Amino acid sequence: MTPGVKPHIQMPARVAAGDVITIKVLAMHDMESGQRQDGAGNIVPRSILNRFTCAFNGARVVDIQLEPAIARNPYFQFSALVPEAGEFTFSWYGDDGSVIETTKHIQIT
Amino acid sequence: MKFTRRDALTLGLGATAASLLPFSAASACEDAIAVFTGGQEPGEGDISLRLPASVKDGSSVPVLAEAPGAVVLALFTTHNPAPQIATVHFGPLSEPQSLLTRIRLSRSQDIVAVARLADGSYIRDRKSVKVTVNGFNI
Repeated sequence: MTPGVKPHIQMPARVAAGDVITIKVLAMHDMESGQRQDGAGNIVPRSILNRFTCAFNGARVVDIQLEPAIARNPYFQFSALVPEAGEFTFSWYGDDGSVIETTKHIQIT
Repeated sequence: MKFTRRDALTLGLGATAASLLPFSAASACEDAIAVFTGGQEPGEGDISLRLPASVKDGSSVPVLAEAPGAVVLALFTTHNPAPQIATVHFGPLSEPQSLLTRIRLSRSQDIVAVARLADGSYIRDRKSVKVTVNGFNI
């Protein structure tokens, strides 16, 4: 992932305890599949985000293993149960060893 | 080393096998599913896979997989360069178990969603999609 590019996360800022929310997550990444040829006919080497995780106050929501068949700028939409106020942690792991982590607070109404 | 008639026959057989590649790609998908399920045959159940029936551009095709009660959900393709798309492990705070994402497709083919349930059994759903432009070349 290009350093400095913040992933986009869409989710409510406050909910009632025990509510289920929808989380939409978009990361900006070329997800080079290792199948594409450049102008000179050379294969562009594979470089993708190979794992995405989302946890809430340390408990797992999803842990996704990504393959080159995931489209550029990987987008995920999933649901999470929010039992209490706290913090969502989102992490992406790149083939190049890079880890991008971002957090989002949620409040209880 | 001498090039015998037997060698020529072997080469010919290899070429025949290569010409049947789409067929072996489909079995690569079946093999990948068997690895995921540990050899168990997935049954019918509460799992739904939704995607467009036909797309022009294979580089970003929306796919929605819903499998309430699933512990793990894996997506496969029959004719992409590799059969795996993604594997999702759902945690205790995932509710209900579903994933919407965008995938790449190289050609017209089938997508298969397989879910592992809490009791260790597997269920699957399968959908076809027509693709005009190879999403791996874009």
